[in-house]
Amino acid sequence: MKRFSTLLLVMVITMSLFLTGCSGDSSSSSGQEGKSENGATKLTLWTFGEQHAEFFEFMADEWNKKNPNKKIQLETTVYPYEDMHNKLLLSLQSGVGAPDIADIEISRFSNYLKGKPQLVELNDIIEPVKDKVIQSRFDIYSKNGKYYGIDFHVGATVIYYNKELLDKAGVDPDQIVTWDDFKEAGKKVVSATGKPMITIEVDGPWTYWPLVVQQGSDFYSKDGSVIVDNDTNIKTLTFLKQLLDEKIAVVAPGGQHHAEEYYGFMNKGGAASVMMPLWYMVRFTDYMPDLKGKMIIRPMPKWTADGKRSAGMGGTGTAITNQSKNVELAKEFLAFAKLSKESNIQIWKQLGFDPLRWDVWSDPALKEPNKYTEYFGDYIFDILTSVKDEINSPTVTENTPKMNELVIQSALHKVLREKSTSPEHALKSVANEMRKQ
Amino acid sequence: MENKLDYSIQAVSRKQKKNRIIFSQKVAPYIFVSPFILSFLIFFLYPSISTIIMSFQEVLPGETKFVGIENYKKLFNPHFYAALRNTTIYTIWTLIILIPLPLILAVILNSRAVPGRNFFRSAYFIPALTSTIVVGIVFRLIFGELESAPANTLLKLLGLPAQQWTMHWGTGMFLMVFLASWKWLGVNILYFLSGLQNIPKELYESAEMDGAGVFRKFFYITLPLLKPVVIYVLTISIFGGFRMYEESFVFWQNQSPGDIGLTLVGYIYKEGFMNNDMGFGSAIGIVLLIIVFVINIIQLKITGAFGKEG
Repeated sequence: MKRFSTLLLVMVITMSLFLTGCSGDSSSSSGQEGKSENGATKLTLWTFGEQHAEFFEFMADEWNKKNPNKKIQLETTVYPYEDMHNKLLLSLQSGVGAPDIADIEISRFSNYLKGKPQLVELNDIIEPVKDKVIQSRFDIYSKNGKYYGIDFHVGATVIYYNKELLDKAGVDPDQIVTWDDFKEAGKKVVSATGKPMITIEVDGPWTYWPLVVQQGSDFYSKDGSVIVDNDTNIKTLTFLKQLLDEKIAVVAPGGQHHAEEYYGFMNKGGAASVMMPLWYMVRFTDYMPDLKGKMIIRPMPKWTADGKRSAGMGGTGTAITNQSKNVELAKEFLAFAKLSKESNIQIWKQLGFDPLRWDVWSDPALKEPNKYTEYFGDYIFDILTSVKDEINSPTVTENTPKMNELVIQSALHKVLREKSTSPEHALKSVANEMRKQ
Repeated sequence: MENKLDYSIQAVSRKQKKNRIIFSQKVAPYIFVSPFILSFLIFFLYPSISTIIMSFQEVLPGETKFVGIENYKKLFNPHFYAALRNTTIYTIWTLIILIPLPLILAVILNSRAVPGRNFFRSAYFIPALTSTIVVGIVFRLIFGELESAPANTLLKLLGLPAQQWTMHWGTGMFLMVFLASWKWLGVNILYFLSGLQNIPKELYESAEMDGAGVFRKFFYITLPLLKPVVIYVLTISIFGGFRMYEESFVFWQNQSPGDIGLTLVGYIYKEGFMNNDMGFGSAIGIVLLIIVFVINIIQLKITGAFGKEG
């Protein structure tokens, strides 16, 4: 009998190992229906950004202060970027294990709109504030007129100039109005300082895409057809290639503006400017401390006399999944945490993002000193207000992840780094491949 | 008293019956292998069959439909060719490096004449214990793009131009093969060492008596007797080469410029998860399975592993 019980024990242990392996996910989300001991409703939230999680926790506390009868207990989990998106995709595909609320990054969002979206429609909380927000930021996360995600920020693209280098070359940034002016100023900077005027992302979309969107063009038209090879886009890529050929620009070390190499290069005054959205400020304050007080922010130069001076790029759509047991409460909380005036002020204060509601941009709270105003000065929102009506947002379709990948790997890499093909040829072949999708 | 005895006899016989079933020579093996059979069914057979089914489907949340061979038709595209080419070349390089080199090192480490051979044995094996991801990050820093990165500093000392290691096809392939060689060298040495231990010393002694030198002993005794181990290492190296993913991931996170680091498994991941196209991802997986299967069958046939003496 002893032998038998040992055998049984071994089998039970083996089986339980399998079962715990399988149930790891469900146990973490099984608590979402129940109420916790203090009567608060539990809501789970997944994100890939530590700072996003802290922000949501702060807003949950605020919510509980204001709604003592509808308390929530927010359980946030921070996963690495890839992990979170894959985990969420699989739990939505399989129908179990998803959280109530999830942060989905813009370049992945369209994956979740394929087929029958497993996300909750958010029109009823977005419509009341529609006239106070940058509308185009909501269209990114919509399908057939239904909104599924709410962003943190506008992501207005600007140019961060290194004032020290510009001064050395005798260039006044306020005189740079068009991209032609920029190029001329660049020549001066290069000859006076020996440093390039700007860096170009070749392994990321954040140089080429904003330039295209700024001109009202895009990779997809509003009706979803492929226009990546139109004249504007070819002209823009040719312009970047010229900047490189004439040594006014260099390829960003590490290939993109988020590379370790790039931070080190820039921090040492490697280039006189970089074009990135406003959410890039935190990279300066955290990774390029030596440039404090030297960097200034200006709108993008225009392409034509009546051209626009910015483009809203990047973002994270917060969505509610259809597996949530408390959809209504999650919606109310999300509206409070991302659409209220108060939350938009906090989005600036805590995250350093340019909030979606432009009616808070002139609020005195946004001029209060924080690490961003200390680094760049307190005029940031004056710039933003001045370009408020000039912010186009990109068109995002189901195939956007694939499109961006192709543009980067087949067009930018081959034209700008390898210089093995012409802008026109590269973009045409990208367009042909995407039209077959 | 009699009743009690009767009862205990019954109990004993019941127990014996139970024991006979559980400990019978027929049943016991099945009980012992059941965890593995179960894990095979749950974690291998079921997913494999689902993958085959999914490769003929368009899998979207809420709407899954059969699309015939549409997914397989999509395979004829430059990215798949790039992935296939990269994976094949990578595998060939790892075979060229990771079989002869560890074999020679194993022979050296096996000889008593080498001082400190135990130290070297463990030194060669340690890389296999470290995680590819951790090592990969270190490699990425060593082979950074800036002129001040360690590898470029070394190149400059040698009077050679600095390289953008991760940005070009040739250097990218070098990085992946180098990382794999560094990591797996010790494991293969271990396989060969264990094979060497099994070769009877008498063979060498009699060869020596006949006047055979070091090379003759190596080619006429060591190599032929190591053949089963070599075939084994070859087989798992082919598998390892075609299922490679981490070596590419640590350098490019699946976003290599111009597909220079795209591998077949990376392509599955990219299409399946990053582009949410599980059907197409499954189709790539099935094709990968077929490729590896065919190559290994051919390889085993040529090396004679199916033969009677093998």
